[in-house]
Amino acid sequence: MALDDKTLGELRDIAARYPEKRSGLLPMLHLVQSEQGKVTPQAIEVCADILEISPAEVNGVATFYTMYKRHAVGDFHVGVCTNTLCAVMGGDQIFARLKEHLEIGNDEVAAKRQGDQYSVSLEHVECNAACDYAPVVMVNWEFMDNQTPESAVQMVESLRAGHDVKSTRGPKLCTWREAERVLAGFPDGRVYEGPTAGPASLAGLEIARERGWKAPEAPAPAAVEAPKEGQAHG
Amino acid sequence: MVDTLTPVLTDMWDVDCGWTLRAYESKGGYRALDKAFAMAPDDVITAVKDSGLRGRGGAGFPTGMKWGFIPQDNPKPKYLVVNADESEPGTCKDIPLMMGNPHVLVEGVIISAYAIRANMAFIYVRGEVLHVIRRVQAAVAEAYAAGHLGKDIHGSGFDLDVVVHAGAGAYICGEETALLEGLEGRRGQPRLRPPFPAVAGLYASPTVINNVESIASVPSIVARGAEWFASMGTEKSKGFSIFSLSGHVQKPGQYEAPLGITLRELLDLAGGVREGHDLKFWTPGGSSTPLLTAQHLEVPLDFEGVGAAGSMLGTRALQIFDDTVCVVRAVLRWTEFYKHESCGKCTPCREGTWWLVQTLARLEKGQGIEADLELLLDQCDNILGRSFCALGDGATSPISSSIKYFRDEYLAHLTQGGCPFDPAKSTAFATEEVTA
Ligand SMILES: Cc1cc2nc3c(=O)[nH]c(=O)nc-3n(C[C@H](O)[C@H](O)[C@H](O)COP(=O)(O)O)c2cc1C
Ligand code: SF4
Ligand code: FES
Repeated sequence: MALDDKTLGELRDIAARYPEKRSGLLPMLHLVQSEQGKVTPQAIEVCADILEISPAEVNGVATFYTMYKRHAVGDFHVGVCTNTLCAVMGGDQIFARLKEHLEIGNDEVAAKRQGDQYSVSLEHVECNAACDYAPVVMVNWEFMDNQTPESAVQMVESLRAGHDVKSTRGPKLCTWREAERVLAGFPDGRVYEGPTAGPASLAGLEIARERGWKAPEAPAPAAVEAPKEGQAHG
Repeated sequence: MVDTLTPVLTDMWDVDCGWTLRAYESKGGYRALDKAFAMAPDDVITAVKDSGLRGRGGAGFPTGMKWGFIPQDNPKPKYLVVNADESEPGTCKDIPLMMGNPHVLVEGVIISAYAIRANMAFIYVRGEVLHVIRRVQAAVAEAYAAGHLGKDIHGSGFDLDVVVHAGAGAYICGEETALLEGLEGRRGQPRLRPPFPAVAGLYASPTVINNVESIASVPSIVARGAEWFASMGTEKSKGFSIFSLSGHVQKPGQYEAPLGITLRELLDLAGGVREGHDLKFWTPGGSSTPLLTAQHLEVPLDFEGVGAAGSMLGTRALQIFDDTVCVVRAVLRWTEFYKHESCGKCTPCREGTWWLVQTLARLEKGQGIEADLELLLDQCDNILGRSFCALGDGATSPISSSIKYFRDEYLAHLTQGGCPFDPAKSTAFATEEVTA
């Protein structure tokens, strides 16, 4: 499907966020992925055209970063963390189990079976900054914390069946394309979903609250007035 | 006496909707801003210098000093860039910080930009954290709507625009010059230094790059004073910081404490190592910092203490591994990571990480010979100090430190013709062994 005028306008808007428009390339590639499901040759031409650089330069960038896909992923892209800590905590077993269950290898899309509402793809990912919730699975870049092989299989089955699945830290999982649009800088209004922090994030704070531990008292704040127009040394 | 835990950055995390402007302002948020605007920018820099704040992104460079390097006589625009790429294996503090309290980062950005006289700032967040990006986007939008961003902020005459920029999956983009390349829409490959970013960074203009936690610490320093900040921590490592415990501990998670706390104290708070098991090895600051063992429980977790123990404080990513874990398997996996993430720009790292994986994989399968250990160390020697950026150096840390402490375990793989450990026993869902 060709990129429509609305998307072309949005691509130009992204470039205009920056003092030099080429800076828009990473979010622009997120946006074309949300429209086309991958980085297509047409998208490369369009981005190159808007940024006034060569398609080869755009292609060089698109191939450098792992989040840009040359072939379509599933509606729900499942990334199992197999960096050391998660691997040791069970990520290897989860990844092996999902490969077997979905009958696919790394970076492949499972065939949509009769009755499946959505497709699922599988990839192993590197540390996703959630090691205190290991083993971690990312679905469309949302956290699925503290997984087991069984919970991961149940999750992909729920996704395929079209049931609502929530991230363990709150938001309802959206499709991969919807997620890519947010990454391009177009919020989807789901920011209110989910708690302020997940349980492991609160481990230390809960102890501090129980024991009444705090940072030292600061010297009493002197009342400050907002400076008048032009008074600050800008 | 300062308390064992000192929640400042994490203090909002248990507040309902703590990530909203309303919650942040109800706890005094955005008030440091007026205090900063009432000061000359250079005085803000001095306050941050006096506080002793050192960069929380790994290297520990004094933040105020970095700001002072910005040449104010350079007519080009100045830029502030927040490094929110958090991808050093084990590191998991900036992500919950931006999820739970993004406004403290935004307020820090405004004060820091004012100090260095930047009118544009970028927050470069790794792309693989959708909900975190939503929260940061929303915080920036709310700050604009409330007049904390944009033109003539709080009537101060100071203008600032902030762009939230999502990365696209590349560990190397955490390295500050590679990050700038990414932000300029290029492949994320490090740049030659000098010139340092302070002189020629983003768009060849003077640029400050700081970690999320460094910038988020600034509002409290301005609000409560440099002395207050320096009253926590140790002589050369001042203030509080977030310590991340993961792996084989009873209560993994985030613990905000003054620098200088020990792993023994943290483990006590976290309920100790997994029941029925002993601590075997740990990383003090992510996988790029040399491994430590149970003999290092009393090491003060500050820049000097961990350095003296032969490692680095890094990002305070304390990954805890108990006696069920094969150190060779762990190190091989990290090495595969470095090989995958090597940007390919320089030969020692591009080729070297490939060779390291070959040699380690052979050893892990029990197929090598003892001399392979010397070969590994020799390969490390050819990478460490000879690579273009610190990724290459970091790749050697787990290897050389594990050979130092666990040579016998490498040899056991050879004598047994394979790995002596059962990977099922190390998992979070392993059924508890019956202990006699
Ligand atoms: C390979 C590599 C990855 C890095 N990743 C990060 C990162 O994810 N976040 C970060 O803040 N600093 C990271 N750094 C350190 C940055 O280069 C830089 O020192 C830091 O952002 C400076 O901020 P600070 O002074 O506030 O610590 C990395 C460095 C290297 C060599
Ligand atoms: S050390 Fe590795 S990551 Fe750094 S420039 Fe060289 S090849 Fe790239
Ligand atoms: S190792 Fe899996 S999230 Fe860090």
